[in-house]
Amino acid sequence: MSGILVVMEQQGGQWHRMSWEALAAGIELGKQSGQPVLAAVPGSEIAALANEAATKAVAKVHAVEHPLLKDYTPDGFTAALEQLIRQHAPTVVLFPHTYQVRDYAPKLATRFGQSLLSDVIHIRADGGTPVFVRQLFQGKLNADFRPSGNGPFFASVQAGAFRADSLEAGSAQVETFTPQLDAAQIRTKPQAPFREAARAVDLTAAEIIVSVGRGIKDKENIHIVEALAKALNGELAASRPICDNGWLPMERQVGSSGQTVSPKVYMAIGISGAIQHLVGMKGSKIIVAINKDANAPIFEVADYGIVGDLFEIVPALVEEVKKAKG
Amino acid sequence: MKIIVAIKQVPVRDSQLRIDASGRWIQEEDLSFEINEPDAYALEEALQLKEKHGGEVVALCLGPARATQTIREALAKGADRAIHIEEENTGALDTFGVASLLSSAIQGEKPDLILTGLQSDDLGYGQTGVVMAEILGLPHSTIIMQVEKENESIRVKRELENGWFQHIDIPLPAVLAIQSGISKLRYATLMGIKKAKLKEMKKVTVGELGAPPPATVLIERAYAPQKSKRTQILEGDAKAVAAKLVEKLKFEVRVI
Ligand SMILES: Cc1cc2nc3c(=O)[nH]c(=O)nc-3n(C[C@H](O)[C@H](O)[C@H](O)COP(=O)(O)OP(=O)(O)OC[C@H]3O[C@@H](n4cnc5c(N)ncnc54)[C@H](O)[C@@H]3O)c2cc1C
Ligand SMILES: Nc1ncnc2c1ncn2[C@@H]1O[C@H](COP(=O)(O)O)[C@@H](O)[C@H]1O
Repeated sequence: MSGILVVMEQQGGQWHRMSWEALAAGIELGKQSGQPVLAAVPGSEIAALANEAATKAVAKVHAVEHPLLKDYTPDGFTAALEQLIRQHAPTVVLFPHTYQVRDYAPKLATRFGQSLLSDVIHIRADGGTPVFVRQLFQGKLNADFRPSGNGPFFASVQAGAFRADSLEAGSAQVETFTPQLDAAQIRTKPQAPFREAARAVDLTAAEIIVSVGRGIKDKENIHIVEALAKALNGELAASRPICDNGWLPMERQVGSSGQTVSPKVYMAIGISGAIQHLVGMKGSKIIVAINKDANAPIFEVADYGIVGDLFEIVPALVEEVKKAKG
Repeated sequence: MKIIVAIKQVPVRDSQLRIDASGRWIQEEDLSFEINEPDAYALEEALQLKEKHGGEVVALCLGPARATQTIREALAKGADRAIHIEEENTGALDTFGVASLLSSAIQGEKPDLILTGLQSDDLGYGQTGVVMAEILGLPHSTIIMQVEKENESIRVKRELENGWFQHIDIPLPAVLAIQSGISKLRYATLMGIKKAKLKEMKKVTVGELGAPPPATVLIERAYAPQKSKRTQILEGDAKAVAAKLVEKLKFEVRVI
C-alpha cells in the first residue's frame, strides 16, 4: 500500500471549488509522509476536468468514467471508488467535506472496515505518523486523532481549512478507470436539482449586514436587531435556526445551505460561529461579533468583538449610530 | 410503518466545556444533557409519519445510564417503546463501532425506515446513519428536509449546497439522516409523560450484543482551539462599547 488518493468532486462538468482544497491537503500530507499523491475524478465525460487536475503537482489522475456516474448516487459512487481503491491500495483517501461526500464517504469507508474522519481542519506530522485535527462541539474544542489499524485511512477536509490558491503546478498522466457498474445496483433515483421560489432579498449586494442568531431567544425579540440593521441602513440576515423556526424567511439565511455574502461589515449577533455559518460570511471585509460567551468560535473570525449581553449592547448601539448619523 | 429513530444524548447547548483528567474528553459531572437537536427533528418526523400512515416508532439509543432521561422524553413525546444500549465507556468506540452496535440492537426488528439525526452536536461526525445503512445493506439518503411515502417507496427532499434541493426516490426499507428544521417540534403533554412510564424500555449491554469491530480512529487529545486571529475586543459597559464600535465603523471602516 502506498500513496495518498484525493477524490475530487465535480457536478455536470463543473468543479466543486473545495476539490482543490482537498488536493492541497493531499499534497501537504504527501510531503509530510513522502508518499505520491494521486487524484481521482468520478463522473461521466470528465476527461477535460481530469486533464486540468493533471496540471497540478500530483503523480497521477484517475478519471473514473462511467455513464452511471453522470448523476450522483451513493450506490454508484461507492461501488466505483471501492473498485479503484482496491486496485491501487492507497494508505490514505482524502475528500473535500461537501454535502455529497457526507452522503457516501462513510459508506465507502465502511466497505473497508474503517471509520471516516470527517471535517478535518489540520494535518500535522508527529513522530513519523500524521495527526489529524478536527473540531468537536461545533468548533468549541479541537481534537487530535491518530489513525491506527491497517487502513486505508479515510478523511474529509473542512471548507476553507487548506489553501487552494498556492497549488504547485505539475504534469501528471491521466488514466481512465472504468468501474464495473450495473444500473440494478443503484437503488436511489435522484431527480433534477431545484431552487425554492425566487429570492426577494439579495443579501450579496448589501454593504452592511446585521445577522442574528439563536442568542436572540425569541421571535418577539428580532425587532431589537432589526432596529440596528435599519439604523445602519443594512440588511437583516440570520443563522439557520432562526430561519428553521420561521422567525425570519429562509432567504435571509447565511451559510453553507443559505447565501454566501461578503459585505463591508458583517455583524454577527448571538451567533456561535459553527463552520456551516462561517463559510457563508468569512469573506466579509470587517466582522463584528457580539456574544456573551468569550469562547464562542465566532470570535476566531471577528475583527472586533464585544463580549456581553446583546439585549444591553444592541439597543445602546442603535442609540450611538443614530447619534453619529446626527 | 415501523420506524426506528436513533437518538443521542448530548450536553445542552451553551454548556461551559472543560477538558477532563484523561485529556481526551470533557468533564461531564456538572453538565446537563438533552436530546441531540437533529435527533429531536428525526423523532418528530417519525411521529408525523406514524400519525399519517399508522405503525410504530421505536427509539434507539446508545449511551450511559443518564441517557435514560432523554429516552423517557422521547417516549413522552409519543415513541411507542425504546431500546437502550447501556454503555458508560462510549469514548472507546468509533463511528463504525457505534453504528455496528446500533445495528445489532435492532436485529430482527425489520423496520420500514430508520431515521437518524444528520449530525451529533458533540462529536459531529455526521455519518452514523450512513454507516448503519451500509452495515444493514439498506439504501439511504442524508440532509433530508421532507419525507413522503408512496406505496413501497419514499420520496425525500434532500438539501444541497447554496440553497438548492433535490428530490430522491428510495425503495423501502431505507435509512434517512434528518436535517434540523424539517418541521416544528412538539412538546410532551402531561398525559404523554404519564404514559411514558408504562412504555417498554429494553436495556441491552455491549456484552450481550457482541463486541463491535476494533476502533481505528479515536480521540487522542482534546483541547481548546488556539486563537490565531487577533480580534480586537472592545471593553466597557454597554454604552461605552457601543460608542467605541461606532467610532470604528465611522472613522476606520467608514460605513457610517
Ligand atoms: C449540513 C448542515 C448545513 C447547515 N447550514 C447552515 C447554514 O447555512 N447557516 C447556518 O447559520 N447554520 C447552518 N447549519 C447549522 C450550524 O451547524 C449551527 O447549528 C448554527 O449555525 C447555529 O446557529 P446559532 O449560532 O444562531 O445558534 P447557537 O449555536 O445556539 O449559538 C447561539 C449563540 O448565542 C450566544 N448568546 C446566547 N444568549 C446571548 C445573549 N443574551 N447575548 C449575546 N450572545 C448570546 C451564545 O453564547 C451562542 O454562542 C448547518 C448545519 C449542517 C449540519
Ligand atoms: N450513541 C448514539 N445513540 C443513538 N444514536 C446515535 C448515537 N450516536 C450517533 N447517533 C445517531 O447518528 C446521528 C449522527 O451522529 P454522528 O455521526 O455522531 O454525527 C445522530 O444524530 C444520531 O441520530
